[in-house]
Amino acid sequence: MSSKTSPEQIKYANMLFYGAWASLAIMLVTYLVYVFGILAPHVPLEELIKLWRTPVHNYLEVGQVPQGWGWVSLVGSGDFLNFVGIAILAGMTIICFVPLIPAYLKQKQPVFAAIAAAEVLVLLLAASGIVSGGGH
Amino acid sequence: MKLTSGSATTATVAAMLLGVAALAVFLPHLAHASTDAAGQAAQAATEQAIALKPWWFWPAVLSVFCFVLGIIAVLAGVGGGVLYVPLVSGFFPFHLDYVRGAGLLVALAGALAAGPGLLRRNLASLRLALPVALIASACAIVGAFMGLALPTNVVQLCLGGTILFICGLLLLSKNVTRPVVTTQDAVGLALGMNGFYRDEGTGEDIEWKTHRTLPGLLLFIIIGIMAGMFGLGAGWANVPVLNLLMGAPLKVAVGTSKFLLSITDTSAAWVYLNNGCVIPLMAIPSIIGLMLGSFVGVRLLAKAKPKFIRYMVIGVLLLAGGKAFLKGLGI
Repeated sequence: MSSKTSPEQIKYANMLFYGAWASLAIMLVTYLVYVFGILAPHVPLEELIKLWRTPVHNYLEVGQVPQGWGWVSLVGSGDFLNFVGIAILAGMTIICFVPLIPAYLKQKQPVFAAIAAAEVLVLLLAASGIVSGGGH
Repeated sequence: MKLTSGSATTATVAAMLLGVAALAVFLPHLAHASTDAAGQAAQAATEQAIALKPWWFWPAVLSVFCFVLGIIAVLAGVGGGVLYVPLVSGFFPFHLDYVRGAGLLVALAGALAAGPGLLRRNLASLRLALPVALIASACAIVGAFMGLALPTNVVQLCLGGTILFICGLLLLSKNVTRPVVTTQDAVGLALGMNGFYRDEGTGEDIEWKTHRTLPGLLLFIIIGIMAGMFGLGAGWANVPVLNLLMGAPLKVAVGTSKFLLSITDTSAAWVYLNNGCVIPLMAIPSIIGLMLGSFVGVRLLAKAKPKFIRYMVIGVLLLAGGKAFLKGLGI
């Protein structure tokens, strides 16, 4: 063992670096498109500042906002366009974990390959929207 | 009381975390005993004043606020979420549902940005993080659902209690730079939780390994639930468990904790995202403001006096925790 960083850790770091900064750049651009009115929002801004004081179930109902991946169908509107960058940001960890599985299998470390695979499944489950919480 | 490494540490850290969990169970009974007419009238007047502001007012104020918060967070060595959630929910007109969603994204963005540098320098260890992350991220999903299912005032009360607990932890805890781990336990050995890192200050290669691995892993169940429930990064809890309990050197504990947040917060962030709790108009200025503030904070870090920063952060957290607690009581 040496103080040299392992190849799989370096690979993870590089993927994370480009993905995180790309998603932040996308968020900045889409936010400017939104607030400068280049694309009209699905929920009008004047309406939104009333709704953001209320619980989420009210926002979903009055603003006719879809849950889960329903935002994809509204990506042409200024507000929901912002979810592209947010989804990439929130998906980076899942993307970075996938190459760890074959890397650990190649090193004959099945326990870590299984942990990485289980982590991907847990994060995919959270991202899928299959399990949904009760809004209050 | 001072936290030191040794057999008492497991019990102390566990007792503190379980104390918060117990608070989360018993506080709901308090929450229902506290709404009165005067409070409601004051709230109505405040809401009317807030409604008169143009749409751009709050995102603009929030971005400046988060810029300042980003500076303080770096100086204090804490993630953004622990300051963001109680302060923004206490002093801004947004409902707690969206503040927690944005808080997780703020903590996530900070952790993702810091992760690559920490991993390349071996200050974050994948081997240490992977098993811990699996437990914490799975439990963060459970915590997120609990947070969304509980009444807002109950969550506010629990949040206030947790923040005040963190103040106590900051006041009383004393991290150990290089804990002495004579023998690695069987679980740590089986999971290969050991490694080396280069201390850039001294130029030494430092070897480390964990002990008390199983109780450490079990504590991440509670940490994951609290992270998801409150939309906090939970770095404040990761570091003492990794350092004081499991025996990782402080630099590895801090680096791995920051990296861990990128995994734990991902799972909880998706739950909030899928439940419609992310409003881009307030979430994106928060993320960008906090990240820009973090860059400035890193430059100020060399000049700042550690003792002043420590007491400033404790003061800010007392204010934020107290405000969240009172808001939960309807005061």
